[in-house]
Amino acid sequence: MALSNIFETPTPGFNFDNTARNAALEGLFNGGNTPKAMKTGTTIAGVVFKDGVVLGADTRATSGEVVADKMCAKIHYISPNIYCCGAGTAADTEKTTDLLSSNLAIYSLNSGRNPRVVMAVNILQDMLYRYHGQIGANLILGGVDCTGNHLYTVGPYGSVNKVPYLSMGSGDLAALGILEDGFKPDLELEPAKELVRAAIKAGIMNDLGSGNNIDICVITKQRVDYIRPYQESQYKDNRKIKYKYRPGMTPFLTEKVVPLKLEVVQESVQKMETA
Amino acid sequence: MLEETGPEWLSEEVKTGTTIIAIEFDGGVVLGSDSRVSAGASVVNRVMNKLSPLHDKIYCALSGSAADAQTIAEIVNYQLDVHSIEIGEDPQVRSAATLVRNISYKYKEELSAHLIVAGWDRRDGGQVFATLNGLLTRQPFAVGGSGSSYVYGFVDAEYRRGIRKEECQQFVVNTLTLAMNRDGSSGGVAYVVTIDEHGTEEKVVLGNQLPTFFDQ
Repeated sequence: MALSNIFETPTPGFNFDNTARNAALEGLFNGGNTPKAMKTGTTIAGVVFKDGVVLGADTRATSGEVVADKMCAKIHYISPNIYCCGAGTAADTEKTTDLLSSNLAIYSLNSGRNPRVVMAVNILQDMLYRYHGQIGANLILGGVDCTGNHLYTVGPYGSVNKVPYLSMGSGDLAALGILEDGFKPDLELEPAKELVRAAIKAGIMNDLGSGNNIDICVITKQRVDYIRPYQESQYKDNRKIKYKYRPGMTPFLTEKVVPLKLEVVQESVQKMETA
Repeated sequence: MLEETGPEWLSEEVKTGTTIIAIEFDGGVVLGSDSRVSAGASVVNRVMNKLSPLHDKIYCALSGSAADAQTIAEIVNYQLDVHSIEIGEDPQVRSAATLVRNISYKYKEELSAHLIVAGWDRRDGGQVFATLNGLLTRQPFAVGGSGSSYVYGFVDAEYRRGIRKEECQQFVVNTLTLAMNRDGSSGGVAYVVTIDEHGTEEKVVLGNQLPTFFDQ
């Protein structure tokens, strides 16, 4: 079954065959014990300030009740002037943002300019709407272009909201409380960074699905500051020894050399034509 | 602890549980909407403008699934642009409503959004069209969304034909306020758009500027 698939070129586009297989498998597991997809149960937030946009995210990725990744990068690069935070199924956010980034890179090469944030949003909305919520990606897009500083959110079903500040993920309500209290239009850089940091901190403290460190990304017209981590968790564990094994540490017990006897069956010489 | 099925916000579709209203007055139309977008029990956006322009003098009010409604509005906006270039003049409100109706009817099973289309054109003046479930009907006024159930009585009793613009705007704001007070899925601020022969005027009425009724 598996072997015959290797030599077939896959059909283009998304393939939903596995949904039928998954449904059949779920029946075998008697409901409820199937392995869970890795989700970034998350707190992500974004704020528009005077000179640009600040994006923030925690760094915990969970698979069911286990922390699968303690230093997960949830702020994805889209283009030099646009970054995207992703909540939802980790694989979906990763792949969707990669696809978007590649498409916009081609556009940049063709047109010679940086893409506009609204263009990234439209492409994302189009794609997510086409898949009717099957792609579990909740994204916050922020960036600076020639028309100004913008912050958008795109939901998994393809709905778009343009707002000056927002948070998404399982920790969104905790973070939103901080943002609602502290947001003012035209904040300076340091207060804006502090606001986002406090919002993510609230999400980490009050939500089980968010935790570990805080990443911040500041986008302005002149430059992008991707600070990872902006603040480390105070609950880091101290490993007593190194768990990495140096090459050459595995001892040899015995050594046996078997020479292969090969005989020449046929020899042919083909002249290369360099005319 | 996290549930096995995952957090609610991952699977809840974003709906504009809403109140939308459009009323014809003597010389134009007034559209109004609340600003709450919910996903399950969580408010995703408390300041969303659900009055979406289809053309200079034609607007539509969105309700139902946010993604479906936004997409229909964008598609019709594009189709109407093409149509108005083809005919060489501003499109009729009926044309816009027909385009919305065509999509709503064709994809009836897959979509769950209701758009009210209203605007002004030279031929028939101010018009309001309802396109629920793929029908197309012109009405003097139309209400929609989850909050509309609470104000049908009020609108039926208080509507008068041929009222003036300011009175109509106040009527819309009153209706929205009453609905927002009673419907859990409606709230925030009130957006009001007035379209007449002279142009289009967009206005926001903030929460503390809304009229108060006996229970407040």
